[in-house]
Amino acid sequence: MTYTERVDGRKFDELRPMEAKAGVIPNADGSALVKAGKTTAYAAVYGPRELFPRFKQNPKTGIVRCHYGMMPFSGSGERIRPGNSRRSQEIAMVMEKSLNAMIDLSAFPNAVVDIYVDLPQTDAGTRCAAISAASIALADAGIPMKDMISSVAVGEVDGTVVADLSYDEEAYDAIVSDIPVAMTHNTKEITLLQMDGEISKENLMKALEMAKVGTETVYELQMKALKEKFSRSD
Amino acid sequence: MISNKETISVLAKEGKRLDGRGLLDYRQPIQLETGISWTAEGSAKVQIGETVVMAGVKLSLEKPYNDTPDQGGIMINAELLPLSSPEYESGPPGIKAIELARVTDRGIREAKAIDMKKLCVTPGEKAWFVIIDIVTINDAGNLFDAASLAALTALKAAKFPEVDPETGAINYKKKTDQGLPLLKEPLAVTVYKINGQLLVDPTTQEEHAYDARLTVASDDNGTISAMQKGGEMPLTIEEVGKMVDIALDKANFLRAEVEKVVK
Amino acid sequence: MSNILKNDREVVIPGECLAEGMDYLPGDNTYREGEKIYSKILGLVGVAGRVMKITPLSGPYLPKTGDKIIAQVFDITMSGWRFKTNTAYSAMMNVKDASSRFIKRDEDLSKILAIGDYAVVTITKVTSQNLIDLTMKEPGLHQVSGGRLVKINSQKVPRIIGKQGSMISLIKDKTGCNITVGQNGIVWIKGDSDKELLAEKAVKMIEARSHEEGLTGKMEKFLSGGASQ
Repeated sequence: MTYTERVDGRKFDELRPMEAKAGVIPNADGSALVKAGKTTAYAAVYGPRELFPRFKQNPKTGIVRCHYGMMPFSGSGERIRPGNSRRSQEIAMVMEKSLNAMIDLSAFPNAVVDIYVDLPQTDAGTRCAAISAASIALADAGIPMKDMISSVAVGEVDGTVVADLSYDEEAYDAIVSDIPVAMTHNTKEITLLQMDGEISKENLMKALEMAKVGTETVYELQMKALKEKFSRSD
Repeated sequence: MISNKETISVLAKEGKRLDGRGLLDYRQPIQLETGISWTAEGSAKVQIGETVVMAGVKLSLEKPYNDTPDQGGIMINAELLPLSSPEYESGPPGIKAIELARVTDRGIREAKAIDMKKLCVTPGEKAWFVIIDIVTINDAGNLFDAASLAALTALKAAKFPEVDPETGAINYKKKTDQGLPLLKEPLAVTVYKINGQLLVDPTTQEEHAYDARLTVASDDNGTISAMQKGGEMPLTIEEVGKMVDIALDKANFLRAEVEKVVK
Repeated sequence: MSNILKNDREVVIPGECLAEGMDYLPGDNTYREGEKIYSKILGLVGVAGRVMKITPLSGPYLPKTGDKIIAQVFDITMSGWRFKTNTAYSAMMNVKDASSRFIKRDEDLSKILAIGDYAVVTITKVTSQNLIDLTMKEPGLHQVSGGRLVKINSQKVPRIIGKQGSMISLIKDKTGCNITVGQNGIVWIKGDSDKELLAEKAVKMIEARSHEEGLTGKMEKFLSGGASQ
């Protein structure tokens, strides 16, 4: 009854093919495109800029505002009606908390840094791709951060601990748990942790160890995306 | 935030533009790509200069409208994503997004681009409904033309999903190789008037410095299917005639770009 | 036992470790945690003696007293004008700071600067909340008229100006344009329209390639009609 071979043939700890690019939206102060398998996320950062409404302004520091959206044609079934669903709002909120842990806006009182992430196609791992993309976009925008944040989902499918679940695995006909994780690079501290499904503590700890390695892979790609912009010289 | 309104106006009078282009030149590169969203039944990404727009087609089976029981339907929606410009905020579509959607919609619907009767499965009960969603990725001006290009390209690239013959359920994960019944290929071109001169493919700064504009959608036969005038200043009949000529000519130019990626 | 881990002018991302050991000191855009010094932004490493600092490759403009900027009027009040500065903060210019000539009490301020007008101004004061005061009274400060305004990243301004103004002089010589560079990343170019476009392209090129060595030489080539890109 155990999951011995993954639906797409990957090794248990293997991430889907990933791509990352920085500076893809010229209008934005910072931007990124991240592809994880068939999930694609665009991220754009605008700010620090003036914050309205006034009562939200913090005189001690700038604040961060995250927005997450799936394009109407990005769901694997029917069209998604445009608008801010409860799921989008929750994802935006956990994204914000995850990234805020590293951001320093003390030099920008009363201002706001807006982070927008929109996805043209999805195949699970959407909030992870969103956070990884947002992190690149923030660095691209020159926003001060103590460290990058890298994210990947880990979990368990029918007793086997795996990394970077695809939609087919999330929906697998057995006991599944899906655990999106985001971590810093230097200290490997967790800034995003959610879970649904069923898992034993033992497997949870195994999964988190897998996340440690998985987020390193993401980090290497994020670094490459940012440094690539400046590698050209003749 | 930067506005070069006066200089744009002065240059226009001399037939010049800030970026050195001719009045009737589109920016480069113009790049079209299909299949940018595996979840859409058809999708396209269009780049004109720095403007980037995406369109996705979703198909569903619905009960036909009462007054057209033997036809399917089409709807075009547009979102000006805040990620595409510092000018846009989160929230329901503002008037700019609504105008963009409705003008693009009219161009395709009124051209009778899709054979609605061929979308019918069972009269009075079931027909295919086509929804095109246009989203902006980077707004550097001329969303009207980019949106029209993206919508048409996505329509041409779209394939019907498989339908289970017994249950009638749609399996979105499997596409057939059957495309939409397209009769015409309408494209919109927007011509702008600045200080008495006519030009196409405005940048964002030029869009803030114009007197009037006219969007004209036409098909490959030169038949006009939709028009929209915008801007505070009036146009003479003669000017409208000239703008239509320009739009028809440029529509053919853009249509050739579409042919490069999808037949 | 101290160690530098990065070379001068190397590109680093936030959180990258620059040096370890207490011999080194954390300079601009870095922070120390334990014995290690880390970068706080995307930028170029600069080693100056024992100080590790990072020069930003992008990022917002921090208004400073004495900076010359180009700003846009968005409101006129009883006491003066309010400006947008291409930052998160608006700026104020009092009537008494607009001109060295005496401005009468009931004078129409919009005749001096109207809403939408741009002006070259100097920052006289920045509060702890980043509220900005401006003056237009000094020589070289005045309304912008004619020519074109170009927006670039404010972190690239030093490169556009160059050592002792060498880069900006090069562009001015080769294009015959008047060029005013605002510290807030707004550049005003005025000349023949073709030459303005050439100057604009030069400025944008420097912005894109600011991290490269020998840029002045490359720009000389470009402006003389030589190698492009």
